[in-house]
Amino acid sequence: MSQIPKAKLNLSRFFTGVGPETGPILLDRRRVYILPSRSGVIFALVLFAMLLGAINYSNSLAHALTFLLASLGTVSMLHTFRNLRGLKFHPGQCHSVFAGETALFPLRIENNGDPRFAIKLAWPGQAPIIVDLAASDSRWINLPCPTSQRGRLKMQKANIYSRFPLGIFHAWGHVQFKTECIIYPRPSPERELPLQSISHSEAQGDRGRGSDDFASLRSYHAGDSLRHVHWKAFAREQGLLTKQFGGEQTDELWLNWEALAGLDVETRLSRLCRWILEADKLGLDYGLSLPDKQLPPGHGETHRHACLKALALFGNESK
Amino acid sequence: MRLRQKSKNTFSEERVIPPRIGLLWLLGAVVLVLSPHLLRQPLWLSLFCLAVLGWRGFQLLRNWPAVNKWIRIFFTFAGFIAVLRSYGTITGRDAGLALLTVMLCLKLLEMKTQRDTMLVIFIGYFLVIGQFLYDQAIFIGLYLFLAVLVLTTALIFLNHPGSQRSHWRYNIKTAGGMLLQAMPMMVLLFILFPRIPGPLWGLPNQETMGRTGLSDEMSLGSITNLVNSEEIAFRAAFETDIPPANQLYWRGPVLWHTTGRHWRGIAETDPLTQRPPPDFTASGEASLYTVTLEPHDKRWLFALDLPASISIAARSRVDYQLLATKKVTELTRYQASSYLQYQVSSLAPDLETIALHLPLRANPRTRQLAQEWRQKGLSTNEIVTRAMAYISEGNFFYTRQPPALTGPNPVDSFLFDTKRGFCEHYAASFTTLMRAAGIPARVITGYQGGELNTQGNYLLVRQSDAHAWSEVWLDDRGWVRIDPTSLIPVENVETTIDASRFRSTLAKSLRYGDISCLSRGLSQMRQNWDAVNHAWNQWILGYGPETQDEFLTKLGLGKMNWQQIIALMFGLIILVLLPVAAYLLLRQAPATDPVNRLYQRFCQQLAKRGLPLKPGEGPVDYANRIITAQPEWASPVQQITALYTALRYAKVSHHEQFLELKNRVADFKP
Repeated sequence: MSQIPKAKLNLSRFFTGVGPETGPILLDRRRVYILPSRSGVIFALVLFAMLLGAINYSNSLAHALTFLLASLGTVSMLHTFRNLRGLKFHPGQCHSVFAGETALFPLRIENNGDPRFAIKLAWPGQAPIIVDLAASDSRWINLPCPTSQRGRLKMQKANIYSRFPLGIFHAWGHVQFKTECIIYPRPSPERELPLQSISHSEAQGDRGRGSDDFASLRSYHAGDSLRHVHWKAFAREQGLLTKQFGGEQTDELWLNWEALAGLDVETRLSRLCRWILEADKLGLDYGLSLPDKQLPPGHGETHRHACLKALALFGNESK
Repeated sequence: MRLRQKSKNTFSEERVIPPRIGLLWLLGAVVLVLSPHLLRQPLWLSLFCLAVLGWRGFQLLRNWPAVNKWIRIFFTFAGFIAVLRSYGTITGRDAGLALLTVMLCLKLLEMKTQRDTMLVIFIGYFLVIGQFLYDQAIFIGLYLFLAVLVLTTALIFLNHPGSQRSHWRYNIKTAGGMLLQAMPMMVLLFILFPRIPGPLWGLPNQETMGRTGLSDEMSLGSITNLVNSEEIAFRAAFETDIPPANQLYWRGPVLWHTTGRHWRGIAETDPLTQRPPPDFTASGEASLYTVTLEPHDKRWLFALDLPASISIAARSRVDYQLLATKKVTELTRYQASSYLQYQVSSLAPDLETIALHLPLRANPRTRQLAQEWRQKGLSTNEIVTRAMAYISEGNFFYTRQPPALTGPNPVDSFLFDTKRGFCEHYAASFTTLMRAAGIPARVITGYQGGELNTQGNYLLVRQSDAHAWSEVWLDDRGWVRIDPTSLIPVENVETTIDASRFRSTLAKSLRYGDISCLSRGLSQMRQNWDAVNHAWNQWILGYGPETQDEFLTKLGLGKMNWQQIIALMFGLIILVLLPVAAYLLLRQAPATDPVNRLYQRFCQQLAKRGLPLKPGEGPVDYANRIITAQPEWASPVQQITALYTALRYAKVSHHEQFLELKNRVADFKP
């Protein structure tokens, strides 16, 4: 058993598929497998019973029908195989979600041939997503994957299968991309911000809560919080403008790992996660201080993602 | 319950709930399949099926609730017991199919998941076969092929979760296409798959369906039923010239024993039947023909007088009656040869005794007449001539409605009083008269004549051609056929209907006597249709183990054993499936978007110069990369890319822009 001959490696590919891949995956004839389904086995048994009946009664048309159905079954194998073969899959970017939410792995299915029906995509053992594809059609599919832990969620192997048209053959292939999804920690239900850790760099003004002291408008820069976009102006087709608040002084909120001493790691991360969300909501500039990482204060989508990602990967990244 | 559901969280394709439109199609298909069965099955079963179908229909259309489990269990037992009560058994063809029908209905009642519906379809296919056990006519075949098409369409609907009402056209086309693609393989299987002679587990006697046909017993008045039947007895295609009508005597059961009213053949158990038939000397050419015999549930086969050889397992009894080794329960084809001119060499003494036997008391007047002729010193030949003259000149009539012969001496009543009857009256009376005169005689039953089908060049023999005649033993000539019915003068045939039934040497002229132009046209059509039926019977229904052998031998495969035949069959199947596979798998994808095609051509041009499009690279990135690498191409690359992205992503479809792109791509020659 220790020495596995090469031929057996192919067999393992038959059961488990090849590993994760980067580029598009074409389900060519070597990557589509086909076997009778359970209903197909029953169909075969029924055919056998029909043949016995035909022989017993020496009935020509019974013979003919049995043979017709046997041939139909054989032809349906080709149809089922065709339904899957030649489909092309492209990976997509997976958007981060919080632990406990459902991550979506996007895939683009590309059909370069005749119409396909009832193509099913599923994680092993799960209910499938079913799509029909018109001729030369392509479509984005989001494969939902429930999450429970923060960290990197690698894409599992997805089963692509079909039993169309007769359901007596089961053709399948595997698709697994190197796509991964960053799963943020589950945000803690406690919403209190550690406002004592706000450092007023130029300690004046009441900027703390303050989105109420509106100062000016400037044109939108990438990274500005969407909450500060002047939507009314946008609706009047004056372009994207960002509202600016307060004076020159900015309040920097440091969200500090050490502030949560005494709690266990996951709870700390969960609290930090909530703080980031709250701070982002309030439009504060916030920095994140972790034992292995410091993120200087900032704001905006990118900053938020960087902070949450740091939490998500905390303790795992060294490997 | 809740716990169990939680533990079954793994998904199974078989548990999927199929689409409603698929279920409606399934119901339609089941109606098609069940209809012919319901006409035949007991009333309770038909009503039950209709109730279940109706309920299912409403359940689907109006969202009625499902049937309680206990009700289903009750119906399961009730159905089982009802079949047992109705048929006295649950095995065999009739009861088995009734049980299958009950199962189908029960499955319809509980049907919920994909697996249930598939099973219903499979039972449906099985019931189609069940119908073939009763009837294999062309129309039934076509009807049931339609049922198979609808069943297959329903199967496609069921396996297409997103299917819509509007998909029916596509799904029927797919089902039809697949059936069509399956045809060549089916034909190969039909021809080459080794046919095993049935039955495997025997056909109980009760299953024979009172088919019409000759019996080996005759009592005065019994053939009447047959004479009224237009059903087909057999067809005979001649390789040699078709003999004249007055020679077409198809020999069936030979009747020896009589009680004065009833006649019957030598019992199968009698050792006499094991004796080989006496030799005969034949003169003239043998007649060669192929008979396609409809099933009649008896063992006898029919051949022209006097049969010399037959191609299937059968034997000739001592009286030249052909018997198959088993009952003819299916369409049977055989080749036979006969000599129309023959002389049988000898009559064994014990058979002579039987051929002279008459019951002591019955029919005294007949015996007296024969005695008178004997006492006048007439020779055997003279007596035969005298008896024939008695019928031809004695004011006898041919009628299909003869007066009942109820007295104890039916032959006396017929010969001296009523003088009205048809073939069996004449044959029985003539034979009785001969025996009374001391001349060995017997009654032969069978068929006489036949209708020539000019389309297929064969004779069609119907049950109404059933006939009975006599054979007498003359020492110098052997057994001689005498058909007393044919002696009746034409004017004594009572009605035109009778005339058309009146098959005898005189029949020819009578049969076409009053046929008008219209009915000749109809008869032409009937002949054409029968020729089609004959071909169907001969080549499809009659294709069994023997015909297969014969056919394979004709193809030059006669020497192959069954393993070789199977190997050949699989080889050929692969060969006929290849075009189907090629059609399905190699067919060029329909032309992609013309804009894409132009862009692809542009990319190919660049790829030739060593700058292929990288996987996942967008058109703008690609253009930038090319311009960095080859700044001198910047202008065309930028223009083409801009046009392409505008046409492709901005969803504009301006013809001018498309033409522009086309020109630029054509001009682009880096």
